[in-house]
Amino acid sequence: MREEIIVSGRNNPLIDPVLHIWHWQIPLYLFLGGLAAGILFFAALYRIMGKEDKYPAAVKIAPLLVPVFLVLGLFALFLDLKHKLYFWQLYTNIKLQSPMSWGAWTLMAITPLSFVYAALHIKEIFPKWDWKFQFLKDFEAWCNKYILHMSWIIIVLSVILGVYTGILFSAFNARPLWNTSILGPLFLASGLSTGAATIMLLSKEKAERKLFAQIDLLLIVIELFLITHMFMGFLASTQVQIDAANLFLGGPFTYSFWIFVVALGLVLPATLEVLELRKYHVPVIIPAGLVLFGGVMLRFIIAYAGQASRWLY
Amino acid sequence: MRYAMAIDTKKCVGCSDCVVACQTENNVPIGYCRDWVVEVMDGTYPQLEIEIRSERCNHCENSPCVRCCPTGASHYSDGGIVLVTPDECIGCGACITSCPYDARYTHPEGYVDKCTFCIQRVAKGLQPACVSVCPTKCMYFGDMDDPKSDVSLILKKRKYKTLIPEAGTKPQLYFLI
Repeated sequence: MREEIIVSGRNNPLIDPVLHIWHWQIPLYLFLGGLAAGILFFAALYRIMGKEDKYPAAVKIAPLLVPVFLVLGLFALFLDLKHKLYFWQLYTNIKLQSPMSWGAWTLMAITPLSFVYAALHIKEIFPKWDWKFQFLKDFEAWCNKYILHMSWIIIVLSVILGVYTGILFSAFNARPLWNTSILGPLFLASGLSTGAATIMLLSKEKAERKLFAQIDLLLIVIELFLITHMFMGFLASTQVQIDAANLFLGGPFTYSFWIFVVALGLVLPATLEVLELRKYHVPVIIPAGLVLFGGVMLRFIIAYAGQASRWLY
Repeated sequence: MRYAMAIDTKKCVGCSDCVVACQTENNVPIGYCRDWVVEVMDGTYPQLEIEIRSERCNHCENSPCVRCCPTGASHYSDGGIVLVTPDECIGCGACITSCPYDARYTHPEGYVDKCTFCIQRVAKGLQPACVSVCPTKCMYFGDMDDPKSDVSLILKKRKYKTLIPEAGTKPQLYFLI
């Protein structure tokens, strides 16, 4: 038997007895960032492919929500900072080794772009919208001229944003659960999947809903594959990563992970989407809502479980 | 120059004087500590073995906290001492999460705080507060690049270990065993 205790009574707030420095703000932001990345990815993709009239919800309607998601996410991030008035220090240098620095700069680029992209499509919702000032109208015309170039920039930035939400965690080797490079692609796939679900919710065209149900189905299969690989990797790794996997395999996060993320967030919506594609009628809100719910739960559970996983010495 | 510390686990009695000395010297806010004492009990009664360690920031040579810091507030100072510049710290918590030793905490004023190897004392040629008060003289501090420093001499004589070397951080706290 081996027992290890701190006898000098260390009880640093937010650190002891287990790390709990990050609360709801970080996973919520990761969800909103991934969702924004997913919507922007599909908007830019189908814009580049010239299918804006075939898939209007993806290219023109859903991106109107992105600025809202990004601003809410950034606000959540700001709330998380403990030394808030110094937040501008993020933009005084570029640190290539720090994922958070990458994320801050990516958001700095993609947030204004998402505002411009949304502004270009505001007339889809408000047909009588008038920009009032001539210079705004000139700017709109100029942006419309270069919208394909903008879409290429957006598609690259959206992939960086989507991957970064996972890399943020995986860069921390002090938390064995997070220390897997699978989290980058997993969070990207989940972000794209929630983006596809949002487009399904907003779409009024049957063909478009069908396409995004198929895309979402493929992404869910990829997510299940990545989750399986994550556990295989953990169980074949060092003791600390075996312990990390056991948080979900009998440990305190078992029920929440397998029920909320895997069953309700992935398997059930996938089954409903298969039924829908086989011509059974399923109200779109159910699979799409479940996918969004699963996306939120994935971030929350990984964020909290990661802080509970640690090295022992 | 490479500052390091060696702690003799055979001599440490776990009195926590080092903890109080640090809190006093560095005005550590009440309820927080930059160093702490760990007691490890191994075996089954009556075959028991005990190890007592005074722990703090390992001032790693490959610090995950310096790597993860998005603003550069966490940085290497003279002799490899890892420090935080409060006016550059945004309190994001990345360094706290990245530390496998859980050696950092958020100061009530918002920035991240940790052991500094008492750089203010070391600059004057003094020992860190924890080392200077140790009643069993179980702690050694000095420059690893100087073969005549206390820490170099004791590490030449004794067997030692570091904490979680497999985390790849190259820690600079040596525990004599």
